[in-house]
Amino acid sequence: MCETNEKSSKKTPRVATGDRAILPEGAKTIPVYIMGKQYEVPETLTIMKAMEFAGFKFLRGAGCRGGICGACPTVYRMAGDYKLHFGLACQTVVEANMYLAQIPFFPANRASYSIEEIGGLPEAIHALYPELFRCVACNQCTKACPMDVDVLGYISALKQGNIEKAARLSFDCIQCGLCASRCMGEIPQYHAAQLARRVYGRYILPHAEHLKARVKDIEAGKYHTMLNDLSAMSKEELEKIYVERERQPDFAEIGWQPKETRYL
Amino acid sequence: MKISYYPGCTLKTKAKNLDRAAIASLTALGVEVTEIDRWNCCGAVHSLTADDLIHQVGPVRNLIRAKEQGAKKLVTLCSMCYNTLARANRIMKTDEVKRATINRFMTEEIDYAGEVEVVHFLTFLQEEIGWEAVKEKVKVPLTGLAVAPYYGCTLQRPADVGIEPFGSYSLMTGLLEALGATVVPFNAADKCCGSYQVLGSPAGENSAGAAILNLAAGAGIEALATSCPLCEYNLGKQQQLMLEKGRIAKNIPTYYFTQLLAVALGLDSAVCHFELNTRISVDLLKDKNCLAAA
Repeated sequence: MCETNEKSSKKTPRVATGDRAILPEGAKTIPVYIMGKQYEVPETLTIMKAMEFAGFKFLRGAGCRGGICGACPTVYRMAGDYKLHFGLACQTVVEANMYLAQIPFFPANRASYSIEEIGGLPEAIHALYPELFRCVACNQCTKACPMDVDVLGYISALKQGNIEKAARLSFDCIQCGLCASRCMGEIPQYHAAQLARRVYGRYILPHAEHLKARVKDIEAGKYHTMLNDLSAMSKEELEKIYVERERQPDFAEIGWQPKETRYL
Repeated sequence: MKISYYPGCTLKTKAKNLDRAAIASLTALGVEVTEIDRWNCCGAVHSLTADDLIHQVGPVRNLIRAKEQGAKKLVTLCSMCYNTLARANRIMKTDEVKRATINRFMTEEIDYAGEVEVVHFLTFLQEEIGWEAVKEKVKVPLTGLAVAPYYGCTLQRPADVGIEPFGSYSLMTGLLEALGATVVPFNAADKCCGSYQVLGSPAGENSAGAAILNLAAGAGIEALATSCPLCEYNLGKQQQLMLEKGRIAKNIPTYYFTQLLAVALGLDSAVCHFELNTRISVDLLKDKNCLAAA
């Protein structure tokens, strides 16, 4: 299948259409199905751009357009095959005879909690998401993930009480919710994973000592005078001290110190 | 010798004492234990319905993980995990129709046809190490400890996945004798501990569990050895409540057989995590001078 595509694309190079509504010469269109209705769209567009080409306007269900915000999860199927595929509309290029469905939001259960109160034990996560134990390891969640996260792996890790493993395995999750949409146990995998990462950060990962010291300095007002002085300056004064500021040389020796050390 | 090992969820949380003692013991016996690096729930809770194939997917997926890693045998400890994995394996090995359905469903995995053998820890000990070799390694014999093997339901049922024939307790008996304990015959060794039924009854009112403990006391048994976290919960952790409610007359300390193994091998009692047992379990071993000096 892949080989045939390669050969045919060698014969007729694709013409990129960009955002243009009037297609450049040589640009080819293919049929796709949006909500069951056929549209002819340029073959080089992403699903999102193709839908906009077809006349749809995204008020919601589109965000960063860079594959990271999780707002545009899409389920699709190729005509003639039973298999479902999953992707992000802003990242997946259209193919001929795709049946498309946008799932911008999934009504998965999200527990309320105070991270300061729940504590760092796996039992806290189990209590907030008891549905974790409805997992039968069918793995549909993993198959649905557009980020290739091992969803069954992190759900298993949570059941095994291994919060760190769950946090690490779920790190690439963009919270799109496709996992939950496929789950026969009605588990909100992505919300449970987010909780695991928060618990990991709050209770398990060692805290940076230098950060604590810096926060203490800030809270004690170490920088207040400096900021007040800056706020009180005129534009001319600010420009002057900006131009005259002491910069660290590009290839400064290790241990370089500025002449003015009052604010260190 | 190297083995691939499937632990199970409970052994990573509430029954660490079953797991850690076993691993430490096998290490002491010269076996290199490798936990398979990806695994999920054995499927115990959901695979008890005969025609419910989706519930076989979990256990089969674990067997596929073992097959992928080139394991010929997969050793496991918990009676429930053993039972569930072994039953799923039997389906994949013998039932062509169900095998095809499950393989067709799991398109993301390699096909599986029962190539991996699921082995219970006790069977492994007996077949690969042998009671004589275990006996030679014993440093603190459990002399004077009158203990009975308690098999519960799932080590022997159904017969074609049982670790030994129904009514026979030779594996755990062989092990306990090798450890120097006095094995007392026990006619309730295969009675049900109350299983998940206890969830529906008031705490301490588990008549099935109480009957087992009373029979044990009557037979002069001082301690029970088990391999099942659910049995340990019902008979061990709930025992004090049964005593308070007058359901049982006397305490009978309960142990995972792996803890008795580790103790007899003279390993540091820290690997046994006795804090997860009841206090009386440690006290009895101290009384019998069975705990190596720390």
